[in-house]
Amino acid sequence: MRYNRWFTPWVLVIPALTWLLVFNLWPSINTVILSFTNARPIGGGHFVGLKNFETLLHDEQLRWALLNSVIYMVVCLPFLTVLPLLLAVLVEKKLPGITFFRTAFYTPVVASAVVVALIWQWILDDRGLVNGLAEKLGVISGPLPFLSDQWLLLLSAISLTIWKGLGYYMIIYLAALGNVGRELHEAAAVDGAGPFRRFVHITIPGVRGTMILISILISVSALRVFSELFILSGGKGGPGGRDSSVVMLIQQYSQGFEGNLGYASALSIVLFFVTVVPMLVLARLNRRGAEA
Amino acid sequence: MTTVTERPAQVQDGTTPARRKGSFGFNSVSPREKVVRYLLLVFVLLITIGPFLWQLSTSLKGSGEDIYTRIPQLLPSQPTFHHYKEVTDTIPVWDYARNSLLVAVLVVGGNVIGASLAGFAISRLQFRGRRIVLGLFLATLVLPGEVTIISQYVTVRELGLANTLFGVALPGMIGALNVLLMYNAFRALPLEVDQAAIVDGANAWQRFVYIGLPSVRGTVSVIAIFAFIGAWDDFLWPLIVLTDPNKYTLTVGLQYLSGTFSNNPRLIAAGTMIAFIPIVIVFATLQRFFFKGVEEGAVKG
Repeated sequence: MRYNRWFTPWVLVIPALTWLLVFNLWPSINTVILSFTNARPIGGGHFVGLKNFETLLHDEQLRWALLNSVIYMVVCLPFLTVLPLLLAVLVEKKLPGITFFRTAFYTPVVASAVVVALIWQWILDDRGLVNGLAEKLGVISGPLPFLSDQWLLLLSAISLTIWKGLGYYMIIYLAALGNVGRELHEAAAVDGAGPFRRFVHITIPGVRGTMILISILISVSALRVFSELFILSGGKGGPGGRDSSVVMLIQQYSQGFEGNLGYASALSIVLFFVTVVPMLVLARLNRRGAEA
Repeated sequence: MTTVTERPAQVQDGTTPARRKGSFGFNSVSPREKVVRYLLLVFVLLITIGPFLWQLSTSLKGSGEDIYTRIPQLLPSQPTFHHYKEVTDTIPVWDYARNSLLVAVLVVGGNVIGASLAGFAISRLQFRGRRIVLGLFLATLVLPGEVTIISQYVTVRELGLANTLFGVALPGMIGALNVLLMYNAFRALPLEVDQAAIVDGANAWQRFVYIGLPSVRGTVSVIAIFAFIGAWDDFLWPLIVLTDPNKYTLTVGLQYLSGTFSNNPRLIAAGTMIAFIPIVIVFATLQRFFFKGVEEGAVKG
């Protein structure tokens, strides 16, 4: 049964569909096409066959970028799956003033990555808050080069990403916690299970699906990192460009007379495959867990 | 199960009528737990808000004040708005803010209108190809935006919109995720409501305006808030599209500013606060709707 003329739904859908075709589907196809060319940011370019992909294989910066991405993901995953859940449990109870705390914990999410990266840049500066405090306490004798050492810079960016992500995943967990039956907690409490055991045996299994979803989100966003590393390294990608991420390389090749949109597109294809892997792995884990 | 006897107090608590109220009976908190919880809350608060306060404080510290001192001082001893003035005098920060606002308004408007129209049609109207359309929107979720950003730039350039603010706003004006969120929200409405309206002679448009929209206000506000924040905070895309410093949005302008004033943290701090404070005000004012929307399940994926 139909209650509308045949074209009515299409009139409503067409704007969104146009956007989808022009700004999602066509660019996906065009990325592949471009990757076989040497297109320039100003325009032009012609077919160069597999040249871009050959260059990829010998690109030392890309190797560093991929290594950085893996480190980023591996460090972010445990922290960002666990800490936000603890936070969600903490703000779940509706104590007086809890809305204030929830909003405040969400503030780093709302702030632009550029803003928070500039703030951290100042805090981690050679003469900044962290080094000042650590020297005052006598933990270190000279300032730690958080922003100029290859590994410390990466670590600083990772901490920044974790700090900025806490509130975001907290909110997702908070929504999921609402669906965990209160009766289970009550029953377990009556049976004498303390808060810790209830957390492990009721809360965690209750939010398992959300946890896997969040792991996927964390992995993918760790592989897509850009602003934090870009700003903390002053746009240079650290010593010798070794603190670049794949997205930073894409951005680097998108600009100026040195730019090469063809090569940037080849890098985009690498990025695509890199982000699909954790999605497939975790989706598979999810299915297996659901069957068990 | 033998431990039941250890918990008489709990059981007694539970027998009071308060228990029926659901969220407060079992959730009633002992004074000790309350103290622990508040201590933890304040601890996390320091971690999440501390850096912003430190930046605010730096931006207000007088030029004569030692900001590098070993013993950090949160309160400026010679508070001044001088650095804000200096930043806005040297760099057209207000223009950047206006540019950001323009982009954000376009993105919010586009998403609220485009996504709710499409979401309504896909969930409440019958038509051939409905499933395919839905599938298309779902399929694009797998694709991180950064993967297509280069060819998106090529598209925008071919439309003649490179280095324009409209070019910055355009691709994000109807997000696939938002269409799906609206689809989900509309689907929660019982079909009978539609049928009753049809019996009363309401056409699709009237059903959309008078029945659909009023019942999905929570999701619409979540989409609007997220679209605004996303557009205001976006950095990579405007960085690629805009080449002319006069057209910079705040984030790109800030990066430019930090390069220019790298020797004076007070000025950078003032600049970051100018970008940060508006978005905090927007969020703090609207957080009610945001958290309500979250509870309605708008942010599940």
